[in-house]
Amino acid sequence: MTVRDFQQAFDEKIDKEIAIEPRDWMPDNYRKTLIRQISQHAHSEIIGMLPEGNWITRAPSLRRKAVLLAKVQDEAGHGLYLYSAAETLGISRDEMIEQLHSGKAKYSSIFNYPTTSWADMGAIGWLVDGAAIMNQVALCRTSYGPYARAMVRICKEESFHQRQGYEILLNMSKGTEIQRKMVQESINRWWWPSLMMFGPTDDDSPNTEQSMRWRIKRFTNDELRQRFIDVTVEQCKILGMTLPDPELKWNEERGHYDYGPINWDEFWNVVKGNGPCNKERIATRVKAHEEGAWVRDAALAYSEKQKKRNNKTDHQAA
Amino acid sequence: MVDHLYYTLQLADNALVIGHRLGEWCGHGPVLEQDIAITNMALDHIGQARSLYQHAAKLFNELPQDEKANQFQSVALSLKISNGDALEEDDLPYLRDVWDYRNVLLTEQPNGHWGNTIARSFFYDIFQQLYYTELQKSSDEQLAAIAEKSLKEVAYHVRWSSEWVIRLGDGTAESKKKIQTAINDIWSYTGELFNVSEAEQAMIDKGIAVDTASIKDKWLQRVNEILNEATLTLPEDNWMHEGGKNTQHSEHLGYILAELQYVQRAYPNMEW
Ligand SMILES: [Fe+2]
Ligand SMILES: [Fe+2]
Repeated sequence: MTVRDFQQAFDEKIDKEIAIEPRDWMPDNYRKTLIRQISQHAHSEIIGMLPEGNWITRAPSLRRKAVLLAKVQDEAGHGLYLYSAAETLGISRDEMIEQLHSGKAKYSSIFNYPTTSWADMGAIGWLVDGAAIMNQVALCRTSYGPYARAMVRICKEESFHQRQGYEILLNMSKGTEIQRKMVQESINRWWWPSLMMFGPTDDDSPNTEQSMRWRIKRFTNDELRQRFIDVTVEQCKILGMTLPDPELKWNEERGHYDYGPINWDEFWNVVKGNGPCNKERIATRVKAHEEGAWVRDAALAYSEKQKKRNNKTDHQAA
Repeated sequence: MVDHLYYTLQLADNALVIGHRLGEWCGHGPVLEQDIAITNMALDHIGQARSLYQHAAKLFNELPQDEKANQFQSVALSLKISNGDALEEDDLPYLRDVWDYRNVLLTEQPNGHWGNTIARSFFYDIFQQLYYTELQKSSDEQLAAIAEKSLKEVAYHVRWSSEWVIRLGDGTAESKKKIQTAINDIWSYTGELFNVSEAEQAMIDKGIAVDTASIKDKWLQRVNEILNEATLTLPEDNWMHEGGKNTQHSEHLGYILAELQYVQRAYPNMEW
């Protein structure tokens, strides 16, 4: 078979919605795009542990503490599934982590914002996990098999994340004046960055077309963003809170909510590393990794010793 | 009876404080798999703490009114009590002051590096397994049930911390040195596990508490078995710290509670 035959077989699979598996031939760029996207996604899960981890010691009840621990732990698990999915494309977890630490690899910019009040645990679950779900549900049918399967597992857990976040806010919004203030203030801070999670507008997203063709992406950034806004506005009404966008209005003709302009300067600025917590987030990960080096070395040395010992006893038994 | 309350708080505070400490690792572990594992253990301890505090709150609510009034110094807690409110799960952990906490000093020691955390868990987990096994026979059915329910989790904790002691002891030269030093450093906090507080003695006499003397030899034997396999030793010096069970704490607990209780203290009487 020539490269062209391989390419044709690949295209046919994509068109027929047959999943691409690790051993299948795939175009180099497809592989590269996937590695970039999946590792970025994995890094987002890991960095995403930090803003919420920030409140584990201060959670206001034992139940909330347990739920938050479980939630952040889930994100670690998601990172693990995704690193494994990326590894099937021929990159190691170590390499990916190295790229994260050196700044070469990106992660979702939302995690570069600080969590300054307990209400942020609610707002993150509701808005950030909510936006993530929109993206991830769409990815459950992405063309690369291992990625799609990781997404299916992840989506199951994400709905719990969103629910627990919304429940925090709902509970607080039924509480005292000061609690309602905390909720509103938190929504004000997280709303716009959540919308940015879907990425640049379609006009400004050069990779979208190719990714759609390869069925890595199933919907455009703007489509998913619109869908998210439409459901979130309704949920916000139940909280009795407002979203910080004066232009937010139902458009009968479109059957969608219209919304105001997103501050893309802010978005690109944070992507470039100038968000409030970019440096801290990476520094925290690097510190954990460096301080863990002797532990990983020890585990490796021990398992090698064990292997040798087992080999010896095998010989003796033979 | 107030001793019953104190004793239950002793158990509950141990569970909460060690769970809180282990939870501090979440997001900062040496490798992703272990981040998940240690968070799991934090969750187990917090879960046990919840059951124990529910029980403690019930024991408190059953005290005669005059005994309730002067039990705790905390202003927030006293207000609630003088209002005649029944205490619930979160009141005792979130509103009690350091000088009313009854956990052993071992649990409040800082995480340090991975080896320090492992050493602390190792001594504690083996103790807890033996202790909860006996606690299943408690004449307090609630405590017996909590012990029984927790033992599966505790068995996993023992396996996990023991395996890490072995891995670090028999790993590299550096890891061996680190875990040996960690064991030497934390050792002086293990004696208190077996000290008997006044409340505890009263409960032993009633068949509610476990007599720690009955498990001490076994504990030492198991500890030594694992240390042998890990090519590590116990320090010679047997001088031991004590105080936590009698509400005399190190400076560390104040900071733990400052974080733990912050929201509840700053915004009292609200639901979260
Ligand atoms: Fe996730
Ligand atoms: Fe999530």
